[in-house]
Amino acid sequence: MHDVADGHPSFLQHHFFEPEQQAEAAKLGTWLFLLTEILLFGGLFCAYAVYRAWYPDMFYEAHLQLNVVLGATNTVVLITSSVTMALAIRAVQMNKSKQAIWLLVATLAFACTFLVIKYFEYSHKFHLGQLPGKYYSFTGLEGNNPHVFFSVYFLMTGLHGFHVLGGMGLITWMIVKVSKGKLSGEYYTPIEMTGLYWHLVDMIWIFLFPLLYLIG
Amino acid sequence: MAQAAAHSSKKSHVHIMPLKVYMAVGAALLILTFVTTEIAQFDFGEFNIYIALVIASIKAMLVAFFFMHLWWDNKLMFVTFSIGLITLTVFIALTMVDTMDRGSINPETAGQINPKAEMYNSPDFGKGGHHGDAEGAASHDSTAADSTGAHIDSTAAEMSEGAGEGETATSGAGTQPPGDGSSTH
Amino acid sequence: MSTASANVIPERNYLNDPKGLKSWLLTKDHKRIGLMYLFAIMFFFLLGGIFALLIRWELLTPAVDIMEHDTYNKMFTLHGAVMIFLFIIPSIPAALGNFVLPLMLGAKDVAFPRLNLASWYVYCLGALFMIYALVTNPADTGWTFYTPYSTQTNTAVISTTLGVFILGFSSIFTGLNFIVTIHKLRAPGMTWFRMPLFAWGTYATAILQVLATPVIGITFVLLIMERLLGIGIFDPALGGDPVLYQHFFWFYSHPAVYIMILPGMAIISETVSVFSHKKIFGYKLIAFSSLGIAFVSFLVWGHHMFTSGQSELAAIMFSFLTFLVGIPSGIKVFNWLATMYRGSISLEAPMLYTLSFLILFTIGGITGIFLGALAIDIHVHDTYFVVAHFHYVMMGGTVMAFLAGIHYWWPKIWGRMYNEFWAKIACALIFIGFNMTFFTQFIMGTQGMPRRYFTYLEQYQPMHGFSSIGAFVIGAGFVIMAVYLIAAIFKGRPAGNNPWGSLSFEWLTSSPPPHGNFDEEPVLEHGPYDYDTIEVVATK
Repeated sequence: MHDVADGHPSFLQHHFFEPEQQAEAAKLGTWLFLLTEILLFGGLFCAYAVYRAWYPDMFYEAHLQLNVVLGATNTVVLITSSVTMALAIRAVQMNKSKQAIWLLVATLAFACTFLVIKYFEYSHKFHLGQLPGKYYSFTGLEGNNPHVFFSVYFLMTGLHGFHVLGGMGLITWMIVKVSKGKLSGEYYTPIEMTGLYWHLVDMIWIFLFPLLYLIG
Repeated sequence: MAQAAAHSSKKSHVHIMPLKVYMAVGAALLILTFVTTEIAQFDFGEFNIYIALVIASIKAMLVAFFFMHLWWDNKLMFVTFSIGLITLTVFIALTMVDTMDRGSINPETAGQINPKAEMYNSPDFGKGGHHGDAEGAASHDSTAADSTGAHIDSTAAEMSEGAGEGETATSGAGTQPPGDGSSTH
Repeated sequence: MSTASANVIPERNYLNDPKGLKSWLLTKDHKRIGLMYLFAIMFFFLLGGIFALLIRWELLTPAVDIMEHDTYNKMFTLHGAVMIFLFIIPSIPAALGNFVLPLMLGAKDVAFPRLNLASWYVYCLGALFMIYALVTNPADTGWTFYTPYSTQTNTAVISTTLGVFILGFSSIFTGLNFIVTIHKLRAPGMTWFRMPLFAWGTYATAILQVLATPVIGITFVLLIMERLLGIGIFDPALGGDPVLYQHFFWFYSHPAVYIMILPGMAIISETVSVFSHKKIFGYKLIAFSSLGIAFVSFLVWGHHMFTSGQSELAAIMFSFLTFLVGIPSGIKVFNWLATMYRGSISLEAPMLYTLSFLILFTIGGITGIFLGALAIDIHVHDTYFVVAHFHYVMMGGTVMAFLAGIHYWWPKIWGRMYNEFWAKIACALIFIGFNMTFFTQFIMGTQGMPRRYFTYLEQYQPMHGFSSIGAFVIGAGFVIMAVYLIAAIFKGRPAGNNPWGSLSFEWLTSSPPPHGNFDEEPVLEHGPYDYDTIEVVATK
């Protein structure tokens, strides 16, 4: 490997000229990654749009089976976690590591809360037989093909749930990094990238909530 | 000097936003959540979904511009994000040009393919175990599954749609009379 | 010829510094990763080629020659899936692009070297899933995995599509890396419009890789879910819509065709100028037409579905939009021709492949416009016409360009020259064999020979026979190529820094390049195509 050139800070990789360039590259890379996430979910949004347009009445009937209160609570939880995440980054930028750790722990706790609420929603539906696809056995709905609604519901929220889990992993990693003093106002790229990812997860839920829980 | 070609904006990196901004945006997001939940109880007909989507988009923009710093960042990030949204719009819009407009020449292709999945026809549907449902309905010979199966052994005809085109899918499956399949508007 | 005594292989270069297997497996050097990619894709090219030859062997006569119809179905699926997902998509960007792009930009590496290495391992993981499917119970759905058949067949659809899903990550990683590299790591003086056109082509490709690949990911997730849970999105028996599957599939796979051809065009833009010893004609037009193709590629996918039962309005719209693809492609072809016009053309191996590309791609492209026309498509859909068109673009286009690139950069990669005489022989065999194989298929197609059948009517016997012989001629060409290219690695004479007298950055450094690409930080003093003002001496 090449030696770190004179005057280069330790976090600067050898093929970059200066920290600014490295940070901008990382940010662009992250945004491109978020782009792929948008299009990954995009396929599900497309399936949603097509089937909702085909079965408007069934979608309305089926969505009444979802619990709006729990959905709205989860929205509030996730938005709050986004705020704490943004504040955590700000704390790192201002070199307040202790505050940053507390804010990250709070973010993690909100994420857990989100998944716990999701778990209760899921288990209630499993219990009623409102399962995706051919395992669907709920008889309380009249419309055509209600199992498709639950397929879409479980796929969308399930994929989103996996992203929440992934985000929790990243946040935990950031807690470790901050507590080891690896991040500071001079170099905070990793936590900034984690934040971008976490906000995207939040943003997707912002759309999932009205599309699934609030069909008028 | 070395990286002269590489960037245009230098300011974005050290930008620390005041606490007030984050708090205000967070509050706005919570208020909008409340608004969208409440407003959903009123019926605006077909505008329901547009109202819900507009509010969601405002929320998403607040997140993107303030929490994700798009407002201050290099324009490149904003362009990247926009390209993603435009591509997604194209995908959904052009797909729906097909799915919502079928049957102008061949009316039997209009609407959805099969408004009643085979499992609902099963006498066992909804009773006890979920597992046997789909298989139990195999006796209904009008479904696409069976008509496809009949072809498989003879030749590779069923698979002959491919890199170029495909024809079997709807023609094999569109067995529903057109009126039946159009609960869409 | 033999006066090049001054050429020596530098003692320390990226191939031997540092040494040891571990240093290769954990390398973050883009050149080594590119080379590892090259070995991997060449292995799968061999595999896919063997499948192709077996298919043509079976089609030598209408009788059962070597396999039954079930095996045949698996065979053409394997040929398609291996060639497309394991060979052609990563071929130019991940193998050659990885090696050349940072050198061309005067960068020390790609923006995210670890991600680059990860992409190679992810590729290998995806390939393992595909191989697993291959040795257990290969899928027989065709490489498109159309529902509802793909939800019902008892072959290994899940592991194959899971493999493709994983390969998608490697493709995304490469694309993401290249976009950031081009934006952020260009050397001083390397403005956007002084970049070599290869970089522009790679850039357009990378945009497609990042934007389109996630959609195939979610498509195969839904397909796997359809098989596991019967979610009823794609399976008509369960209330789904198989045409929706085709929308999902082609929203990726049509841009994917441009992921395959754009880097090929990028290579041609380099070689045509270097071997004509003339400034490229219409630099900006070529650069922007790459982006134009990338843009249009997202608007035309429905032309794969003209006979699927999609709405008539959509079919007309997609047909119209498809014609737009002809504009940027035509711009490119005419600019290449104008570059050659009154140039001093040297017919060395890379240029021979470039000329092959120009001829074959033009045929492939124009027949593509035929197929984009609704009425003609309904006549020739699902016939060998489509097969021939596809192979003219993919093999006549991308593979020829890939071979041009391989022959052009081989001396840079290894520091040694291959045998030019055998290279010409191999190129001639491949070109002649290719036309024997596939031009007959255009004729068969218009006469109604349907694709994907393991047998055929007696009337097609002469043409099928001719086509099969052509396939073996291609095979012979590739065997010769493998021999002289491998021989060159060990015994070729040293090529020197710039055997072709090229002006772009990668030829400024030694061959093979040192670990950090350039011994001194390179500064661009001229454009990559300034052959009208600068005299370059070839080191051959």
